Amino acid sequence: MSQPLAAIFAPGFFTSQIVQVAATVSAVAAVVCGTVGVFIVIRGQSFAGEALGDISTTGGSGAFLAGAGPLWGFGVAAVAASAVMELIGIQRPRGRDLATGIVLGAGLGLAALFLYLDSVYHNTTGATVSLVFGSMFAITSSSIPAVIAFSALAICLVAALGRPLLLSSVSPELAAARGIPVRLVGAAFLLALAIAVALAAFTIGTILSTALLVGPAATALRMTRSPARAIAAAAAIGIAACWLGIVLSYDSYDWYHQSGKSWPVSFFVVTLIFLGYLLSGLPQRLRRRRASVASDPAPAARLS
Amino acid sequence: MFSGFMVHAWAVASIVAIVAGLVGFFVVLRGSAFVAHAVPNGSFAGAVAASLIGVNTLIGFGVFALFGALTIGALGHRGRHDVATALTLVLMLGLGALFVSLSVEYAPEVYALLFGEILGVSISQLIPTAGLAIVCVIAIALLYRPLMLSSLLPEVAEARGIAKARVDLAFLAVVALATTMTVPVVGTLLIFSLMIGAPAAARSFANEPLSALALSVVIALAIVWAAIALSYQTNYPVGFFVGTLSAACYAVGRVWAAWRRRANVGRGTIPRLAAASHEQAELH
Repeated sequence: MSQPLAAIFAPGFFTSQIVQVAATVSAVAAVVCGTVGVFIVIRGQSFAGEALGDISTTGGSGAFLAGAGPLWGFGVAAVAASAVMELIGIQRPRGRDLATGIVLGAGLGLAALFLYLDSVYHNTTGATVSLVFGSMFAITSSSIPAVIAFSALAICLVAALGRPLLLSSVSPELAAARGIPVRLVGAAFLLALAIAVALAAFTIGTILSTALLVGPAATALRMTRSPARAIAAAAAIGIAACWLGIVLSYDSYDWYHQSGKSWPVSFFVVTLIFLGYLLSGLPQRLRRRRASVASDPAPAARLS
Repeated sequence: MFSGFMVHAWAVASIVAIVAGLVGFFVVLRGSAFVAHAVPNGSFAGAVAASLIGVNTLIGFGVFALFGALTIGALGHRGRHDVATALTLVLMLGLGALFVSLSVEYAPEVYALLFGEILGVSISQLIPTAGLAIVCVIAIALLYRPLMLSSLLPEVAEARGIAKARVDLAFLAVVALATTMTVPVVGTLLIFSLMIGAPAAARSFANEPLSALALSVVIALAIVWAAIALSYQTNYPVGFFVGTLSAACYAVGRVWAAWRRRANVGRGTIPRLAAASHEQAELH
């Protein structure tokens, strides 16, 4: 390997099975999150995504208690929580964040109990950190089939909902006038959201999952108005952030020779996604500034 | 149960409940549950950072809570407010993940920060908590009228020359302040359920803003006291009881409100606060 390339990719990077698994799982998760995320941002449901992510801690700790794989726990908890949210009224704009918040609070209470019981019965206290902050490098290759099955389910769901979902996200009134069952579409989308959350939680940890879910999609929607292009861009941004994060985390092992630890992948992924979001806002702001110099700024700036 | 270190726990928990009930009332009124979740949750990173460099965790909480609130305020002006909140939150949590991996703190401390450890409160935590609580209550008292107006009737507030952006920012600062003092007790993940559950329940029971505010404090106190007692008896974490009891109070409130609405339909009386907040929802 040539010298500059070796400086970026530490020796053994491409042959490591851990890295290969992490890259595969994160890419699949990023595609699902990009697809679902665009609709989350359009529908203004970031808080629901964040709440489901946090609540999947409950499922993960419960699965650990029962001796099952975390992905199943994440999935079950997220789906159950989304069903409760739907029942107590997430579909109405008024009181929506309250309904979300109440479910979130109860879910976190249960998570506290499960994690406590984990530490009592399994005599390990590491479950909190590994569930909450996740580690892509801890994923085993045996979980790949389940990840792919979950992803296929979520993407099929969004594809099947298609235009009605888009219309009812952009304008619920118009969708209802056209005879689209808005509430049913919303409930089905919530299911897709729950699956995406489970995958994101599996990849970068439960309380960080929102980054992968919302960040790339919000960035993409700042760059393009077309939903199809936004989904493609969001998936690409998500994959780029995850892979770059993997490279940086792998390299960080050598930054501190004395510690023998690498910086967490999730930290790099989240930071890269945040930076991407900030950068994507720059062109818009520059354009606005130029427009405000050229003509009377006030009405245009306030309207947009 | 009421002796030794438990006295501190009761005292701190009561202070926390009063502040959570007060601040939470406005959180619910303004529909800013997400912010109330994000600010305390993100300040978790500050506590770990503080222990990393060896200063009081309260300072870490304060700095990060304020930083988070200001970032949300700044980013939320442009673009979508919920996206800005979500991304600010995860950025801070990402930093938290990094600090956890760098520090010598181990899992039990992380658990305590996230889910609270009310039974381990010492006298050195009691005094700053009480001080911050007083500041918080004064701030709420000073902000009461502009907050009320801009929450319920934004148009009227604007007409009276109350700057919405400034009230928003001041309110975010109060949330940050409340967070700083309450988080070490009930944990970053759970203060928020107290801030939402108690006021949401109170709003179902009382129509007048002031009585709803008072009831919110009372319910918060009841939740926290019950949670401590149960936790002491069963040895289960306090957070579990706070989270589930808050949700239970909200559920009771919902049932009560639904029942009363049915009773009121015949007489044609509409609760004043509910009507005002309904109006606000339609304005948005």
